[in-house]
Amino acid sequence: MCFKAKQLCKLVLYPAIVLLSIFGGSAWAEEAQRWQVNMTPGVTEIGHKIFDLHMLVFWICVITGIGVFAYLIYSIVAFRKSQGAESAHFHENTTVEILWTVIPFLILIAIAVPSTKTLLEIYDTDDADLDILVTGYQWKWKYEYLDANGENVSFFSNLSTAQGEIYNAEDKGQHYLLEVDEPVVVPVGKKIRFLVTANDVLHSWWVPAIAVKRDAVPGFINESWTRIEEPGIYRGQCAELCGRNHGYMPIVVHAVEQEEYDAWLAERKAKAAQIKELMSKNFTLDEQMEAGKAIYMSACVACHGVNGEGGVGKPIAGSPIATGEITGLINILVNGKPGSAMPAFGNQFNDVDLAAVITFARNGFGNNMGDVVQPIDVYNFKQGQ
Amino acid sequence: MGEHHGPAKGISRWFLTTNHKDIGALYLWFSFAMFLLGGSFAMIIRAELFQPGLQLVEPEFFNQMTTMHGLVMVFGAIMPAFVGLANYMIPMMIGAPDMALPRMNNWSFWILPPAFTILAGTLFMEGGGPNFGWTFYAPLSTTYAPPSVTFFIFGVHIMGLSSIMGAINIIATIVNMRAPGMTYMKMPLFVWTWLITAFLLVAVMPVLAGAVTMMLMDIHFGTSFFSAAGGGDPVLFQHIFWFFGHPEVYIIILPAFGVVSHIIPAFSRKPLFGYDSMVYATASIAFLSFIVWAHHMYTVGMPVAGELFFMYATTLIAVPTAAKVFNWITTMFRGSLSFETPMLFAIGFVVLFTIGGFTGLMLSIAPADFQYHDTYFVVAHFHYTMVAGAIFAMSASVYYWIHKWTGRRYNESMGKAHFWISFLGFNLTFFPQHFVGLAGMPRRIPDYALQFADFNMMSSIGAFIYGASQLLFLYNVIATIRSGKKDDTAKTWDGAEGLEWEVPSPAPYHTFSVPPQVK
Amino acid sequence: MKTQEKNILFTTAKLAVVAVAMFAFVFVVMVPLYNVLCDVLGINGRTGDRYEATEIVIDTDRQVEVQFVANFNEEMPWGFKPSVTMVKVNPGASNETVFLAHNPMPKDMVAQAIPSISPARAAEYFHKTECFCFNEQPLTAGESAELPLVYIVDRDLPKDIKTITLSYTLFDITERVQRTDS
Repeated sequence: MCFKAKQLCKLVLYPAIVLLSIFGGSAWAEEAQRWQVNMTPGVTEIGHKIFDLHMLVFWICVITGIGVFAYLIYSIVAFRKSQGAESAHFHENTTVEILWTVIPFLILIAIAVPSTKTLLEIYDTDDADLDILVTGYQWKWKYEYLDANGENVSFFSNLSTAQGEIYNAEDKGQHYLLEVDEPVVVPVGKKIRFLVTANDVLHSWWVPAIAVKRDAVPGFINESWTRIEEPGIYRGQCAELCGRNHGYMPIVVHAVEQEEYDAWLAERKAKAAQIKELMSKNFTLDEQMEAGKAIYMSACVACHGVNGEGGVGKPIAGSPIATGEITGLINILVNGKPGSAMPAFGNQFNDVDLAAVITFARNGFGNNMGDVVQPIDVYNFKQGQ
Repeated sequence: MGEHHGPAKGISRWFLTTNHKDIGALYLWFSFAMFLLGGSFAMIIRAELFQPGLQLVEPEFFNQMTTMHGLVMVFGAIMPAFVGLANYMIPMMIGAPDMALPRMNNWSFWILPPAFTILAGTLFMEGGGPNFGWTFYAPLSTTYAPPSVTFFIFGVHIMGLSSIMGAINIIATIVNMRAPGMTYMKMPLFVWTWLITAFLLVAVMPVLAGAVTMMLMDIHFGTSFFSAAGGGDPVLFQHIFWFFGHPEVYIIILPAFGVVSHIIPAFSRKPLFGYDSMVYATASIAFLSFIVWAHHMYTVGMPVAGELFFMYATTLIAVPTAAKVFNWITTMFRGSLSFETPMLFAIGFVVLFTIGGFTGLMLSIAPADFQYHDTYFVVAHFHYTMVAGAIFAMSASVYYWIHKWTGRRYNESMGKAHFWISFLGFNLTFFPQHFVGLAGMPRRIPDYALQFADFNMMSSIGAFIYGASQLLFLYNVIATIRSGKKDDTAKTWDGAEGLEWEVPSPAPYHTFSVPPQVK
Repeated sequence: MKTQEKNILFTTAKLAVVAVAMFAFVFVVMVPLYNVLCDVLGINGRTGDRYEATEIVIDTDRQVEVQFVANFNEEMPWGFKPSVTMVKVNPGASNETVFLAHNPMPKDMVAQAIPSISPARAAEYFHKTECFCFNEQPLTAGESAELPLVYIVDRDLPKDIKTITLSYTLFDITERVQRTDS
């Protein structure tokens, strides 16, 4: 363990500094900071209200705490037997006892009023400008933008942190475990309603900065809403234990201006139409090899090597899986290999891209099997699972 | 005393015993063993969380560790520890010769070790042990559970049966076997808190049994209590679980309240302030525990009226709890205080439990809970109440009564060392968890984002210190039994009150064969 | 001493009855009570059973948007989607829509659709007079079907609710049906 003295020093000093400057209202909107000790007020009105409520109760607790602990410390210091203190013998006092029952009760009522107001606002999901269906899967999120004309845009959002970072083979990036391949893009200033459900087990969709946390329950939908005030990137995580990779299904929200959002949505729709078209196309071996190589060099090369010689992952050149049954190869790309570093790419890539990279694996690096995998083959495989 | 015999010789003494002191001792040792087992699971968790990234264990095993840590600590360590204390002390405190149902007492202990052997054994089964958290929410614990879940259910059933039998025994003893003159409002507070706890146990352990029975039926007999496909609902599981689960947390803490209410007066040399209000506060906490369960489920999508009801009911718990804290401190006020180990643990309890109470009040505020729920803030909160609450009170009891049990004195400086190291380690472990929780770190994750690294490292270091301090506890107990200074004074502490201090130390195998007269 | 033993037995018996009763309470009270509460309060947006319309009075003063959403459980391979995703309706009026289902698998399958409504408090005002979710839906290999839904939004729907989302989650219950048949 490389645990340097400098690190130790920081470990002691930083909290001291931070504790002095605690609980101001400094804005750490985008994501949690190092040594952050308090809740984020976030970038929404509700978030601010929750933060204020949290601080209100916090300060009530601090003030009460100071009173209680001062009383305790005074009693400890002033009535020591070693200092010759003699004990009194009183053991009840109705006035005092009534007082310390009534006062906390009044304080509770004072807290209940703003809490109730804020809660009612959180529950007011009506008049949304945009509805997004969020579905929790083991272990990723699917987003579906409801569209009045039935042209719903939907996609999966997976953790994009490399396995090498998780297993300490590479340096961890700035957004370690809080980065995804496809963020959910939303416009600022609009009321966005999230309909939350799950495909398999319970999940919980949580982004602290936009103050939304809702459990995803298979078979049922829950709803919540937000109106983001500032453009930015907001990160969160699944907040309900959902099995092995519960810690590895982050959420990234890109809040952008309306025009940017419109452009993004239009592009999404165009791309969906394009893929639909390509699905029925028959590609030649050369086409697939070229497209597949490009994907391999971006997504696979880190683990499997430039020449398919392997590394963190198994070698591709001469691999029994790559040169065996086609379905075996499709299977490992679509579903990954549980317990190894090989992720399931089935929902990370569309079928067109998967078919290309599978063809490349069968024919590249001297494997030369000579067969071409078409998008429809991958599609059929997925359907038949 | 003539017609009584001493303990039987040999190992069969322990298997066949119906003596409340023997059974109490068995419970205490068993719970200590479980405490160390559950603690070693915690050490694995904290070692993995020492730095970001996966170093020691895979996520699958990590989930088994968090699950087993919770189950073993709640059901194996804390609950049996207080049942053991009840067995040992309640008959002596109320002037009864033994528990009301000695034979059943033997059974209720001896079914526990098999239950936990089965539970721990699941770790070695195909597919691993329970990995769905100690709250075992469906469908992760039903459709998606490893095959060992059936054994887990069996284990929970046996353990629940043991608790119910133990609770019935305690109630039957307190209700029927008090010495002449000991009216209810003259009972020591430990007896009172246990009486109320035992009623809670009888009421809610069958509910837990019902919940796991439904799981069993869903898994093996095709019912759909918790599956939407067949008309059921996974959220129903959470309602049933927490209908059991919330009273359960008071089952854990109420006996601790009782113990502290003995120790603080003893070392303040002054009677407990507000005895009556202590009893009423305990009873009202127990009552409230039945109508607040859904505050564990604010984010599950309840109707807003439900959220408001559970929020108001939950904040009310602060009132009787605050009254208790004020009572303890006022007992110390104008007393004559000395700070032996039990008193240190009791004061540590009051301070840290109060902090846990404050965070509990924060958590009860539904809108704010949308940000707190399932984060490390919750983890910090319930460890402040369970560890600094139940475990600190348990440690205090051991130092308080060990001379009565063994006739030997513990080493005071070693006891104090145990306290201070525990106190330091505990706070270093759990205080930073408030921060990472508020900053957004979810609970039950094996790996975390970089900005949480510093506080997690502190937390892990604290956990190792706290873990080590419990080995010191074990050493202190063994050292006292083997080589502590012999002393047959009946009254270990000059300020202590109660019938248990009127019998010699160590307490004879049979006490109060003839009931004492209570004035 | 004799009376004390009797009392102990009596206490024990009473408490044992309480314990057994609490166990039974879970099955015979909590589960049915929860289901009733869900139907009445719309917890989880669960909707009630078939609705018999007594008289049809249409509220022409306002319109409510109804959204339809399709979800799948686990690896459910069917195609399943609403024919219309959003529609404006008058409270009180009887409306009809269909969901399109397709079984692409080379085997016969049975599905069950589970409805859920959001916001949950709208659930008690959303009445279904005809719904494919009342029954199991079998489709043979490769078969397609239009699954009908006839519904009425109650005139008493609170005025502040302007959008109702109806979600169906499709569960594959082929194995469950086979198990109960055999």
